[in-house]
Amino acid sequence: MRWRYLGIAAIVVYCLAPFYWMLVSSLRRTSDIFDSGPLPDPVSLESYRAAFATGNGFLRALLNSFVVAGVTTAVVLLVATFAGYALARLEFRGKYVVLALIIATSMFPGISLLVPLLELFSGIGWINTYQAMIVPSVGCVLPLAVWNLTAFFRQMPLELEEAAQIDGCTPAGAFRRVILPLAAPGVFTTAIITFIAAWNEFIIALSVVNKNELKTAPVITSQFTGTTSFDSPFGTQMAAGVIVTIPLVVLVLLFQRRIVAGLTAGGVK
Amino acid sequence: MILSRRFVLVTATAAALALGASACGSDSGSPAPPQPAALEGVGPISLVTGKDTSGNLQNQVDEWNSAHPDQKVTVIELPEDADAQRQQMVQNAQTRSDAYGVLNLDVVWTAEFAANQWVVPLPEADFPLDKLLPATVETGKYFKRLYAVPITSDGGLLYYRKDLLDAAGLKAPTTWSQLAEACAKVLPTAAGVSCYAGQFEKYEGLTVNFSEAVNSAGGSVVGEDGKPTLDTDAARKGLQFLVDGVKSGLIPQKARTFKEEEGRRAFQAGELLFHRQWPYQYAKASATDGSSAVAGKFAVAPLPGLDGPGASSLGGHNYAVSAFTKNKKTAVDFIKYSASEEQQRKNLEKTSQAPTWSALYDEADLVTKFPYLTQLKKSIEGATKRPGVVKYQEVSRAIQEAAYGAMSGDTPVDDALKSLQGKLEALTK
Amino acid sequence: MVTLVPAGPDPAGPDSTASGPTGPGGGSARGRRPGTGRLAALLVSPTLLVLGLVVLYPIISAVRLAFYQRNDGIDPETGLLVQGDRFVGIDNFTDMFTGENADRFLNALTNTTTFTVVAVSIEVVVGVLMALVMHRAFRGRALVRAAILVPWAVPTAIAGLLWRWVFQADGVANDLLPGAPVLWTTDGVQAWFAVVIADTWKTAPFIGLLVLAGLQVISAEIYEAARLDGAGPWRTFFSITLPLVKPTLLVAVLFRTLDTLRMFDLPYTLIGPGKEATDTVTVLAFEEAVKFGKYGPASAYAVVLFVYVALVAFAFVRLLGADVFGTKGRRSR
Repeated sequence: MRWRYLGIAAIVVYCLAPFYWMLVSSLRRTSDIFDSGPLPDPVSLESYRAAFATGNGFLRALLNSFVVAGVTTAVVLLVATFAGYALARLEFRGKYVVLALIIATSMFPGISLLVPLLELFSGIGWINTYQAMIVPSVGCVLPLAVWNLTAFFRQMPLELEEAAQIDGCTPAGAFRRVILPLAAPGVFTTAIITFIAAWNEFIIALSVVNKNELKTAPVITSQFTGTTSFDSPFGTQMAAGVIVTIPLVVLVLLFQRRIVAGLTAGGVK
Repeated sequence: MILSRRFVLVTATAAALALGASACGSDSGSPAPPQPAALEGVGPISLVTGKDTSGNLQNQVDEWNSAHPDQKVTVIELPEDADAQRQQMVQNAQTRSDAYGVLNLDVVWTAEFAANQWVVPLPEADFPLDKLLPATVETGKYFKRLYAVPITSDGGLLYYRKDLLDAAGLKAPTTWSQLAEACAKVLPTAAGVSCYAGQFEKYEGLTVNFSEAVNSAGGSVVGEDGKPTLDTDAARKGLQFLVDGVKSGLIPQKARTFKEEEGRRAFQAGELLFHRQWPYQYAKASATDGSSAVAGKFAVAPLPGLDGPGASSLGGHNYAVSAFTKNKKTAVDFIKYSASEEQQRKNLEKTSQAPTWSALYDEADLVTKFPYLTQLKKSIEGATKRPGVVKYQEVSRAIQEAAYGAMSGDTPVDDALKSLQGKLEALTK
Repeated sequence: MVTLVPAGPDPAGPDSTASGPTGPGGGSARGRRPGTGRLAALLVSPTLLVLGLVVLYPIISAVRLAFYQRNDGIDPETGLLVQGDRFVGIDNFTDMFTGENADRFLNALTNTTTFTVVAVSIEVVVGVLMALVMHRAFRGRALVRAAILVPWAVPTAIAGLLWRWVFQADGVANDLLPGAPVLWTTDGVQAWFAVVIADTWKTAPFIGLLVLAGLQVISAEIYEAARLDGAGPWRTFFSITLPLVKPTLLVAVLFRTLDTLRMFDLPYTLIGPGKEATDTVTVLAFEEAVKFGKYGPASAYAVVLFVYVALVAFAFVRLLGADVFGTKGRRSR
């Protein structure tokens, strides 16, 4: 028992120590940001004020991030649930080819796709639009989402939907009323993964948007500066990092609850 | 079956799309001769730049906009990192996007942007070039044509701890051996202070510092004819200064991880006797809010060299006009406006960035406000331009490779320079 | 005699390895009703459409570029570059293995491989531990879960900065370590370790979360049965937990492997490009393309990496079990 708590403590420290350092650094004054003491002394909100300074548009950027990550997540879940269900539950020819193809698209270094994508988007007038950020994000996360959901759907006992169909449900009805609730942990996990991946996406968002009103939080953060061009505003960036991280953790915690709830309500026996 | 047919369809469509699209927007065709005269088009444009650190840029733009309501300038801010700025500008040029109007280019990017025809040649007569520091104007030229107009400049300075040197009865060193002697005399009595540092991490700053060492030893990286000249005695002595510095401990080990900011922190914490740095450090190290331990205790001098004062590398930024913007006349007018004496004075006062307008360096009230101006003008006037070659990025990487390897003790100086000479010959042929 | 394969009603688990493979096509007896194919096509096509548009199209155009090089000549009068690309066949590929950049490329390939093997192994162990911890009911569990998810939620761009801050010469890592300061961000084995440390910190929670979701569909009854059969905790873990989470774990590991083989951000922001110890193939490709404007060679790097990743994925699926593909027959009992 003692060992277990020691293990838990070790994991928590491992995960939190670097983040703690980020938090502490963000709470120092710019002038003593190089201190190495374990606590900020004195505590200062200077960096947070700087992050939210009106010229930065950080609030707007947070909103943009929510829009991009939220829509991406919704689209990915919808599309991937369909595909995952078909790949796990339906027998059709070419299934493994499709699975292999889907995963193959996440084997190419994303960096090399940037210029062709940019060309494509300039060609169709998508520069400075939300969809130019959303669609590539969807493309990047989709393979993982499909694979993950396929694995989950495959874990569901077949008897359930057969029983549901015998009870008079259409295949679609069986899917919606029986399978989906059971797959909740998988679906929510996939949602979290998608959201975080889209939230953290940087290079595409940087390249396809040049209007400040449309930039996402990571992009805006990369444009924070100090008082000169050499001076990287570490405190402000760390403050932004904390602000960007905390809503995600809260969100994940809420989802976590749903995962557990979905489990007990689903009645996997 | 339906599925696989569908897949074939998707693939085929994608392939057709791919073949139709040209590679990186580089339509083939012979290079048209540049036409500096005909820059037309009046209307709104954008100014693409790294982040406006002081807010003064927005002031300048606002002032312009209120005077030119139908030729409004919008600022597009790029990331703070120079490499990322260049990447965005290059990408936009490759897709021939007209989103970017005036480009705020680092001085070392001119050749690449000009040779690729991403920026247009500018009519020299339109700009007060004779009022600007000649060295800075050179950075905007490529093959004798003006492609960019210098807006800010930068030159390296030797920051030194005046208090420690005074106590030892010494003056600022003008040669490397004086610098070493000063350290030998001062350091034993100053605990925790190291002798010398510059920017020695493997990045553009190392190219700057290496070039300065070579120039300061009387050599050059690239000769008048554009050919590399590194297999020379002077170049060897220059690199040897840096290598010996690390070996003997004059340059502390950790300086090999220094970019500008790491070095500034060390200097401000009082850990360095001498520091090669840009002018921006002056205001920061003079801060009296407790962030600097050396406020009031330091001064600046020209960089030292082998037998006398050394030569700095030239930094700074130039404005150029994107080849793909529609409103080139407005762009030229805006550059003229930004380069004017009035705007440059305001910019110096607000941002303390080095101006390119020569006369500003001699105005008494400005010199009082920015005491380093006199030394800085000397530094810029004597500064050497970094190689103005199209493949600058590759040249710079090769230089970093050689200098980093030699300074870490992995490659002997002779070998490093020989192989560098070979690489640069291939890159500049 | 301990029987660990539960005999009761089928749990929500997949095949445990204990039951042995039944060969592909085990489930083919069921479900093939008329119209299934059309339904499947309907359900899968949105995915293929999106991937075709935003991934496949750029891949194809990048692959095409791998056979071209930029014209290199400069007009001696004006200094302008000759425009356009020329077809060079497989030159970009042969240059990679025999040309002057061969050393850099092979070195980068080695780094890519060692990063992947070491980092993913550590991540799997730590991630599974995290999942087991998160799965347990104990006081303060919610807080522990939050803690575990923090590293992953920190935006990658900022995590790079943070670690650079931690690992700089007078940073907190050196404050905590005894002895002379380690120059983490210079070239050398310490830089390699810095990247591995930062990467495992950032992504172990990803594996943890996926495995946790897998754990949660295992019903308590199996554990109960195992306990009644007298299985100890180790035996339970290796004979029940691990086989049951294997499908999700394999997906997690597979995708982490694919990601790590394409690792870019950390070596680039934490250590910087051009370092022998940490340059990966993607860093090389990025430098060639974005910095040096050599899109042909850069695409060739990307293509070779793609082939390498595909081979690894194939070997992975072959070695670690067809479960990843779901080809193992489903028991229809």
